[in-house]
Amino acid sequence: MTTKAVVAGVNGNMITARFEGTVRMNAVAYVILPQKSGDPIRLKAEVIRVRNDECDMQVFEDTRGVVVGMTIEITDELLALELGPGLLSLVTDGLGNPLEQLAQRSGYFLQRGLYLPTLDREKQWAYTPVARVGDRLHAGHTLGTVPEGPFKHRIAVPFGIVGEVEVLETVPAGNYRVEREIARLRLPGGEERAVSMVQQWPVKKPIRAYVERLLPSKPLTTRVRIIDSFFPIAEGGTACIPGPFGAGKTVLQQALSRFGDADVVIVAACGERAGEVVETLREFPELIDPRTGRTLMERTIIICNTSSMPVAAREASVYTAVTVAEYYRQMGLRVLMLADSTSRWAQALREMSGRLEEIPGEEAFPAYLGSVIASFYERAGLVRLEDPYLGETTGSVTVVGTVSPAGGNFEEPVTQSTLAVVGCFLGLTYARSYAKRFPAISPLESWSKYLDSMRSELEGIYGEGWVDDVREMQNHYAEGQRIGDQMKVIGEEELTLEIFTHYLKAELFDAVFLQQNAFSDVDANPSTERVAMAFKLARRIVDQPFTFPDKDTARDVLLNLTSLFRNWNLAAEDTDDYKRFLDELEAVIEEWSGKKSLAEVTA
Amino acid sequence: MKKIYQRIERIDGPVVMLRAKGVAYGELARIRLNDGTDTYAQVIKLRDDQVSLQVFAGTKGVGTGDVVEFLGHQVQLAYSETNLMGRTFNGVGEPIDGRAPVADTAAVAIAGPSFNPARRIIPSKMIQTGIPMIDMFNSLVESQKLPIFSVAGEPYNPLLARIAKQAEADVIILGGMGLKYDDYLFFRDDLASARDRLIMFIHTASDPVVECMMVPDMALATAEQYATQGKRVLVLLTDMTAFSDAMKEIAVAMEQIPANRGYPGDLYSQLAARYEKAVDIEGSGSITVLAVTTMPGDDVTHPVPDNTGYITEGQFYLKGGVIDPFGSLSRLKQVVNKKTRDDHAPLMNAMIQLYDGCRKVRQQQSMGFSISSYDEHLLAYGGEFEERMMNLEVNLPLEKQLDLGWQIIAGHFQPRQVSLPENLIEKYWPATE
Repeated sequence: MTTKAVVAGVNGNMITARFEGTVRMNAVAYVILPQKSGDPIRLKAEVIRVRNDECDMQVFEDTRGVVVGMTIEITDELLALELGPGLLSLVTDGLGNPLEQLAQRSGYFLQRGLYLPTLDREKQWAYTPVARVGDRLHAGHTLGTVPEGPFKHRIAVPFGIVGEVEVLETVPAGNYRVEREIARLRLPGGEERAVSMVQQWPVKKPIRAYVERLLPSKPLTTRVRIIDSFFPIAEGGTACIPGPFGAGKTVLQQALSRFGDADVVIVAACGERAGEVVETLREFPELIDPRTGRTLMERTIIICNTSSMPVAAREASVYTAVTVAEYYRQMGLRVLMLADSTSRWAQALREMSGRLEEIPGEEAFPAYLGSVIASFYERAGLVRLEDPYLGETTGSVTVVGTVSPAGGNFEEPVTQSTLAVVGCFLGLTYARSYAKRFPAISPLESWSKYLDSMRSELEGIYGEGWVDDVREMQNHYAEGQRIGDQMKVIGEEELTLEIFTHYLKAELFDAVFLQQNAFSDVDANPSTERVAMAFKLARRIVDQPFTFPDKDTARDVLLNLTSLFRNWNLAAEDTDDYKRFLDELEAVIEEWSGKKSLAEVTA
Repeated sequence: MKKIYQRIERIDGPVVMLRAKGVAYGELARIRLNDGTDTYAQVIKLRDDQVSLQVFAGTKGVGTGDVVEFLGHQVQLAYSETNLMGRTFNGVGEPIDGRAPVADTAAVAIAGPSFNPARRIIPSKMIQTGIPMIDMFNSLVESQKLPIFSVAGEPYNPLLARIAKQAEADVIILGGMGLKYDDYLFFRDDLASARDRLIMFIHTASDPVVECMMVPDMALATAEQYATQGKRVLVLLTDMTAFSDAMKEIAVAMEQIPANRGYPGDLYSQLAARYEKAVDIEGSGSITVLAVTTMPGDDVTHPVPDNTGYITEGQFYLKGGVIDPFGSLSRLKQVVNKKTRDDHAPLMNAMIQLYDGCRKVRQQQSMGFSISSYDEHLLAYGGEFEERMMNLEVNLPLEKQLDLGWQIIAGHFQPRQVSLPENLIEKYWPATE
């Protein structure tokens, strides 16, 4: 059922349509652009404002060539995404068009108006029915499964159905294509509906086919020491990474996508460099994930709307990505979604708002920026799922968004709106990156609300008393920084040996624990046991009442310890170096703990 | 068939408005002024029968009764594989070198669609420029996009000209925006020797502001044509801040709400759309972009350099007449430095470390501290490093740059004083006479 309309105005990627009949907000429309030869080009658009008999729509394509009076077909469907087996390892644009298939059709350049189904129509899937005829089910309950990558992909009763359905027919186990009917259901109203392995879901609506949302209580380990210890991220929680350019956002983001302990990773490359996506695209198929023995690509989905691709599709891309995340969450999986960068998404909102001539808020961002950001991050969460066949499970979507603040200034609207709603703030600073202290996450400015709320789970992993130890180290580090600042003003000479040693120890802790070498295979990916061990060892050095005769010795010894520790960080567990550096560390600690201080000797 | 209109209703800044039917968004129009000359304009807004046109050459002297004719196509580039070399055009692609129009051309749309990310490859080929501060210290890689951050008064245009003459590329396309006329003359004369592989699109400060905005699109559309035919194209743009300011001017005339310091909210997208044209095409050519971006007040947080930094893959920082080794960064250099010579990366790091040491000694010296004999060596080394390596006049192939590096180091230090691996020292340390 489509509503006929005609073009009444064009302003950049916004088209105003005059329609007869009814339209729905956020419905998909197609602007029909006749060609001199061949089929017309159909430009996809979304209705974003309705006024009397006119509606404004954002067009997901370049609008050059559109003429007033051209036909527009406004559908009754909201902007939706295909969900089903075959999403894993896919690389799509912001609307879910698979980029590889687009390239096969149109070559090097993206051709406007070319849309392809997200899922492969030809591929056969080994389907095993689970539901039986006569069963009474609800939205989200499993009808059957197909193996996809390392998981059993659950084919569910469509999420949009309200009330109880009855299974009327199911197909036997076998190999089927995604569009093949696999069950027939009787809906609550009595009508019958055939179901295939694919369902459409409107991307801007959260999928709610779960029993309840739970408080995130389990950490999502990232293998980035400063995050896992000082500022942990929760499974089903949210985090943001703001930082100026050159502060290492991309490297950190890529580390999370590689080592983040999740079943499925969704990367939304939203308005950033295409080159970064290419690295992931070319390297992940080669990298083996030690947890599953499969390539990293097999757990990854990339939604890629890079900076030169149409802006309206950039706005849609984060919703597309989070919808895919929710879909895999429904299978009881732990999903990590990385949005890079949410600032580019906010800028897309700003561009559209400007075209709509809305009254602007701060820095011309629309007044609703805060609520849009909030409702996006709210799609993260840990949920309890109940399934008549597969029992009770939980699934989670963890959202980590990067923010690119103008001039690296965190006071700007996007950073501030984001900070108001996330559970964890990992602020990258220029000062740290300039000093080559990577990851450049500020140990002082950053915070995580999950450190206390996940206390028992964290202590289960890292040992008794972990959270208090971490807090103590945070305070110790902060004090060390204060001393460092003081020293810059009054000079080293004015400090007592004790206070100076505190400063050196804080610097050591920073160098050997908070900093990490993302380019070393060993240091970039330490096990949780090793993180716990490194923390303990660093803590021991910090707590050790060394007996240094003077400041120079203190500096020499602690620098020596730092260097040994860093070498140990780079040594793989089963190597000679690993043991050797550990022994040398022990020896140096021993040596300086036993000696009496100058004061004691003279007394 | 062509539609002709003779009633302009509004003239406002570079924009005119008239009523017309059947006009396409983005369509090109010709306005015949009463003195018989033609000026061109592009459709930038449609609302029922009201058509807003952006006049490339500005609206100076445009009359409400002038004849407007819609041409039925978008802004195009007259492309020819062979006849463009050595030619100079303005922002709308008309020759300004006093020679005849280009023969045998094909019309090519500018600002074409974006390259499919799935078809991109990881960049891997280095472009030598003969300039040690680039080749040895921050290598330029094919398909890279790098700005040259600088401030007014610095020799960024001579640097670009030097790169245009020396860089390994099949085609060099120079796009000048807001150039002083003197700078245009400089480029014209200085690059005469490179004309068999050079194409210029020039907008000078006295030309209409709309043409300024067209220069990068023209340059990059031309580059795309050559790159898809297997050519390695190097696009040099100067100055992207002038381009951004032109955009600001038009946005304000269009009554758009400014976002940051008067710049339009889509500044990032607009810059990215241009820079992202840089690409290495598998089995074919490539486009590499080097773009001067002057920073008003030497402030890197100014919206233009700030947005640029998020788009590009590093930056060259031209300050005090040299490419500053500390502020400059080529994010892609790692991928090519492995493949040059085994001493490249270690030697580069050692030289920078020593130069950093020299810088610190200079600071101490200026504060009146006494310096050690090792510090004296650092100072002497620093001086020679600046003289023989940082100097923009130096033009050497990479191998020679590396050899020179060893020579300079050996002239001031003992092998054990520099943090270089033993095996490299054995292999490359110059023999003492």
